Amino acid sequence: MLVINNLHVAIGGKIILRGINLEVKPGETHAIMGPNGSGKSTLAAVIAGRDFAQVTEGTVEYFGKNLLEMAPEERSRKGIFLGFQYPIEIPGVSMVNFMKTAVNEHRKYRGLEPLSASDFLKVMREKKEMVDIDSKLANRSVNEGFSGGEKKKNEIFQMAMLEPTLAILDETDSGLDIDALRVVANGVNKLKRPDSSAVVITHYQRLLDYIVPDVVHVLYDGRIVRSAGKELALELEEKGYEWIRNE
Amino acid sequence: MENEHERILNDVTTGEYKYGFYSDIEMEKIPKGLNEDVVRIISKKKNEPEWLLEFRLKSFRHWLTMKMPGWANLRIPDIDYQDIIYYAAPKLNKSPDSPDEIDPELKRTFDRLGIPLEEQKHLSGVAVDAVMDSVSVKTTFRETLAELGIIFCSFSEAVQEYPELVKRYLGRVVPYTDNFFATLNSAVFSDGSFCYIPKGVRCPMELSTYFRINAANTGQFERTLLVADEESYVSYLEGCTAPMRDENQLHAAVVEIIAEKNAEVKYSTVQNWYPGDREGRGGIFNFVTKRGICKGENSRISWTQVETGSAITWKYPACILKGDNSTGEFFSVAVTNNHQQADTGTKMIHIGKNTRSTIVSKGISAGEGQNSYRGLVKVLNNASGARNFSQCDSLLLGDKCGAHTFPYIEIDNPTAIVEHEATTSKIGEDQIFYCNQRGISTEDAIGLIVNGYVREVINKLPMEFAVEAQKLLQISLEGSVG
Repeated sequence: MLVINNLHVAIGGKIILRGINLEVKPGETHAIMGPNGSGKSTLAAVIAGRDFAQVTEGTVEYFGKNLLEMAPEERSRKGIFLGFQYPIEIPGVSMVNFMKTAVNEHRKYRGLEPLSASDFLKVMREKKEMVDIDSKLANRSVNEGFSGGEKKKNEIFQMAMLEPTLAILDETDSGLDIDALRVVANGVNKLKRPDSSAVVITHYQRLLDYIVPDVVHVLYDGRIVRSAGKELALELEEKGYEWIRNE
Repeated sequence: MENEHERILNDVTTGEYKYGFYSDIEMEKIPKGLNEDVVRIISKKKNEPEWLLEFRLKSFRHWLTMKMPGWANLRIPDIDYQDIIYYAAPKLNKSPDSPDEIDPELKRTFDRLGIPLEEQKHLSGVAVDAVMDSVSVKTTFRETLAELGIIFCSFSEAVQEYPELVKRYLGRVVPYTDNFFATLNSAVFSDGSFCYIPKGVRCPMELSTYFRINAANTGQFERTLLVADEESYVSYLEGCTAPMRDENQLHAAVVEIIAEKNAEVKYSTVQNWYPGDREGRGGIFNFVTKRGICKGENSRISWTQVETGSAITWKYPACILKGDNSTGEFFSVAVTNNHQQADTGTKMIHIGKNTRSTIVSKGISAGEGQNSYRGLVKVLNNASGARNFSQCDSLLLGDKCGAHTFPYIEIDNPTAIVEHEATTSKIGEDQIFYCNQRGISTEDAIGLIVNGYVREVINKLPMEFAVEAQKLLQISLEGSVG
């Protein structure tokens, strides 16, 4: 589904990614680990279409199409979801209105009629229960005044509403206590379909106790320096990133 | 992405102002220029009584002693008051058989504006007075309203049919000496709407006036007078549009509202005068004096305005809270895009005891637009227990526009409680991207954010117009985040 080949990316002239190769197949869950500043979030930003990151070399294909030519909203409508590390607040726009607009844009893209208000609210109620989000959050403005944990749960809630084919979760676990972490991880697991994939970007191994990856990659200084099964995460936890650096 | 933003920006700024057409209607005009004779001609054309001519002449002589105010945060080019036509009226080709029939070209014009002049075609529950240039061409539902004792007609008709009422109230809230533009209006006003709601009557439909400037080189000077007698209620709406032209045109209106004991008046405006083009050529100069007096106790006047048009807007709808326990409200959204300028706000004058006022102002600046809020809250020494809450928010789109706030607070009574809150925010690229990532296009994202921002004000508009206003805002702002 996603094929990244020799990807080089710079931000403001500074080279961040130096030749990433990565293939994600339908049904797979990948974890990307690495120290601060290794380029994890930049990789997520490029896949989602953030324009501050300039691709200087390499290709990214999504179902055989050039992903880099697509507008961010088109990528979203084609099933790419980014769970933000720092979800953005939008005062004055209610979660209901925001999600209704998003869901109906996705439906329009697939040639479906917009959901009626009552059908939409029904879907919203189901998904809220599924990800265990406080129902009051839905009536508030997007992320405004949400606690750190609420914001992250809200990302998973939006993911549930949009049912992505490829979910990229950018440090969704950072700043979460163990209970919230469990809720977020359970949400991700429940939303997994046989044909959907996830790329989980994380700093710590503990999230991977709940979301079990097929492959773990270590990103270091703009390159994937090691890829292996889930045991790599444990090894990394034990030995620290120093171990990679020294090799 | 750069290209995409550029494209959206181009799409929009080159987008046509929807109401910019001109109707080729036979007009009766007087020559350009302003002097006592012109004032007399206008009065004569309207067959006015002597006292009204005197009012006009008195105003004109006073106006000659006045200077255009310079305190507003606006760059106003020189206006040559001798280069304006002060009276232009569509010739009403009335056939002798059916005097109520309207000229088909006029009917077409208002149809294109979405204001059908036939009652059966109109939005149910809205009565309209349609004013083109200097005259009212049709008032709908007059008879239906008359059954309840409600008078709703053009100002000129009111002068003929209810001279006593007009004489009693005209210039009582906005005296002829009030300010440069109000004084000019008092001298040369041509038409407008008159409305009287009798004691104890709740007006069953929305009343509205639709102002259209059509003729070139003319100014529109309309006068609206609205009287709500004791225990009555009325909701009133005005809308305005004008053709696209390279020259600026002057619009200087006066609105006076009187609310007696326990009466309630809601006055809403959706102002969409031609704003000028992308480079700032043309557009309407909108200098308007609007003022209401809560004369009786427990009365209430509520101003709601959505200002998206005009090259320059200078307007401060005010409430004089004279009756004890009376309430004044002001809810405003003002948009300035491209080279538009707005200096707008309100005045709340607390005179009676326990009077309350609320001000919610939402400014939106885009392009190179300049948007100023200017508001006065004044509490006189007898107004014990007065209470005011003001909230002034500014939203900036892009980095070439400006937002300014000039609040004036004058308190002469120690028991008054006055609160003022202000915020300035910017639609950030992060917010747009967050929406994009959920599948929402940049244009829709701006619409969503702007509508969220103005919701508090839009909710105060009558339902039918709230939807219109929302669309209008979106059109006015599309593509303004680059």
